[in-house]
Amino acid sequence: MTEQELIDKLKEEIIKQLNLEDQKPEDIDPDAPLFGEGLGLDSIDALEIMVLLEKNYGIKIEDPKEGKKIFFSVRTLAQFILENQKPA
Amino acid sequence: MPPKVFITGRGIFSSIGQGLSASLESLLAGRSGKGPIRILETLHREFPVAEVPYHDEELIRMNGLDPAGTYTRTFLIALPAVKEALESAGINKLDEARTGFISATTVGGMDKKENFYHIAAESQEWLKYIDTQDVAEHTERLADHFGFRDFVTTASTACSSGANAIMLGARMIRQGLLDRVVAGGNECLTRFHLNGFNSLMILDKEACKPFDQNRGGISLGEGAGYVVLESEAMLEKSGKKALCELSGYGNSCEAFHPTASSPDGIGAFLAMSQALEMAGLKPQDIDYINAHGTGTDSNDISEGTAIMRLFGEHVPPVSSTKPITGHTTSAAGSIEAIICSLALEHGLLLPNLNWKTPMTDLNFTPVERLEKKELRHVLSNSFGFGGNNTCLLLSKL
Amino acid sequence: MSEIFINGISCISPQETFNNSDFPAEWTDYSGDFLSCREPVYKDHINPTLARRLSRYIKMGVTTALTALKDAGTEMPEAIITGTGLGSTEDNEKILLAMHENQERMINPTHFIQSTHNTISSQIAIMLKCHHYNNTYVHRGFSFESALLDAMLLLREGRSRTALVGGVDALTEGHYINYERISRWRRNRSGSLKMITDQGKGVIPGEGSAHFVLSTDKTETSYASLKALKLVYKPAEPAALTDAASNLLKDGGLLPQDISLLLYGHNGDPEGDRWYQDFHQSLFCGTPSAYYKHLCGEYDTAGAFALWMASMIMRRGRVPSGIMTKEGAAGDIRHLLIYTHHRGDQHVLCLLSRV
Repeated sequence: MTEQELIDKLKEEIIKQLNLEDQKPEDIDPDAPLFGEGLGLDSIDALEIMVLLEKNYGIKIEDPKEGKKIFFSVRTLAQFILENQKPA
Repeated sequence: MPPKVFITGRGIFSSIGQGLSASLESLLAGRSGKGPIRILETLHREFPVAEVPYHDEELIRMNGLDPAGTYTRTFLIALPAVKEALESAGINKLDEARTGFISATTVGGMDKKENFYHIAAESQEWLKYIDTQDVAEHTERLADHFGFRDFVTTASTACSSGANAIMLGARMIRQGLLDRVVAGGNECLTRFHLNGFNSLMILDKEACKPFDQNRGGISLGEGAGYVVLESEAMLEKSGKKALCELSGYGNSCEAFHPTASSPDGIGAFLAMSQALEMAGLKPQDIDYINAHGTGTDSNDISEGTAIMRLFGEHVPPVSSTKPITGHTTSAAGSIEAIICSLALEHGLLLPNLNWKTPMTDLNFTPVERLEKKELRHVLSNSFGFGGNNTCLLLSKL
Repeated sequence: MSEIFINGISCISPQETFNNSDFPAEWTDYSGDFLSCREPVYKDHINPTLARRLSRYIKMGVTTALTALKDAGTEMPEAIITGTGLGSTEDNEKILLAMHENQERMINPTHFIQSTHNTISSQIAIMLKCHHYNNTYVHRGFSFESALLDAMLLLREGRSRTALVGGVDALTEGHYINYERISRWRRNRSGSLKMITDQGKGVIPGEGSAHFVLSTDKTETSYASLKALKLVYKPAEPAALTDAASNLLKDGGLLPQDISLLLYGHNGDPEGDRWYQDFHQSLFCGTPSAYYKHLCGEYDTAGAFALWMASMIMRRGRVPSGIMTKEGAAGDIRHLLIYTHHRGDQHVLCLLSRV
């Protein structure tokens, strides 16, 4: 999967996992911060994204502090998955 | 001045001892109830917990109950604590005064429900437990076992539940609705909340170390604690001597976040301030604070900041006894109120076990080892999810 | 002792009660085996970013809380107290299933955060930034009334001048299936509005959320004065209730004949309804009476629906059609007594007077 394909897939998954019903995938800027300004997500959402990563990509993050950099934007998240996903 | 309320009886049943004297021994020896998981059935063996060291069947036997009956662990743990509380207050007959019973829990019958819920539609075994799954079942079972009739209810505010039960009891006595109340909380360990806290990534894989710069979260525990509260008039009538006075209490909401504590500790600050104000005391009158001190990043900085705001440069000795008892969640408020009453009675500053490194943002460090010291007024903090913060103030007679 | 007034109310129920300053034009008859709420569009009341996470019972509770405050013209209550029998059952059951399916991994933190029963009270506080007193009671048919009692204590202590009190329960599929297995429910054979006359063993479940703003200040929007509340746990016999009612009336300087209307919690199960018949015959023979559970169904905090109904009756000065035990006029309503019980175990008396 290319980075762009993964970004598109992640947007859909994030909307579903976080119940962001009012958001459309095309409205999410892959480079905008997910937390704080940007989408306005919070620490609970960060934990939910960790569940998403484990469920859909088999990647487990042990330290919540690690999440900060990885979850900066949809793109950084996609890059992290591509680097860490075990070959199928 | 509203009428005074006194603590005249105590009952405790937890990982550090079956009953008051065993618990005191553990406290004096600095013996923690924590260890590897033995009783709870879970895949998460990586977390140390402070378990009541008996399986349900053993508790049924120890309580002298019919082995054919259906009991939640919540009930089995609470029963000996309520019994001890009544006995230690010298209460034999409940109908000689208006006596209330206020219990508190969050998981209720979850210990059975979690084994059956996924097969709830077909399991025959589950049929016996269906009506025990709610929070109030244990309260009514206890009320019926002992014969409480005059007032019965259940408070549930997560980890401040036990403290809120005690507070309601005191308020009903003060308004003359009841003469005495048995109040407290209990919680049994469940897979449900072990997994829940784990989903928030706030469980420590080592024994918890509150107020340490390198703290890593909570160590869960289980247990029950109940106190007997009586009015001044009841004591005058019976000539009984009280153990201590419940001289103040405060309840405030953080209104900040569903689980995390506010950085400025506003809820903790307000709850402690209200308790002091009610008793007509100043911060310098407080000799010891039994902190909520869970060992999470967010609680300890929030509570510590609130303590600094209230006490300034003169913070009294502070410790969290959760490294000893584990975080007994809904029971924490009442177990720690009992620990505070023991501290008053025996002149003890209890240690904050496992502590090594000062927190950079706090101007105080917790009590490191057991000290003997005459105490007059002590605070017991209990904070729950949702920012439900309650503080009890106990005073020597 | 200071008088306590009900200054704002809001109710989401199986009837058209929400955002309705009057009784619904007609009562909705349900043919299914349970009654579900007629819910508003929550986005109109709760910020969608916040609402996305909240389970149904929390949305119901938060919405009636905010609208009751608006009704009373109160921006910041000085206490928030909730009673709920089922509490966070909805979130708990989601966790239990996930725990089983994923072998204790990948549990959604959101459900756990909402799994403590105090979520409604604390969520209301977060939305209002209200640091005042906050508490929650979870005790079957005493859940709402314990909250109400706590609020009355606070107001009498003078520690708060206004208190927001609610009773919230949302039926879940899991709860229905579970209790069906131990025959708690009965079939709805002739429509919910005939629930009380079409008798049978078991109850028809319902749900609802109602909030009240209590205050020591009487205002132009005051619905009624809340005079007295008594919780009676597992009475041995009906005489315990008549004794409790006599004492409650005596404390208020009233006689049984001063009560203009009784509001009873009949649900059509003869065993449970007998309590009301005994009570009525022993103290209130000849006094007009009404019932309410055919409109909302049976649930732990149905007493909150009763208080909504009673408050509306006092404010509008009339009894809506379809609730009188015997059709006929209730006359001038000065004092109203609610007597309702849950499973024959938790009995509640609540006295209201006209302002």
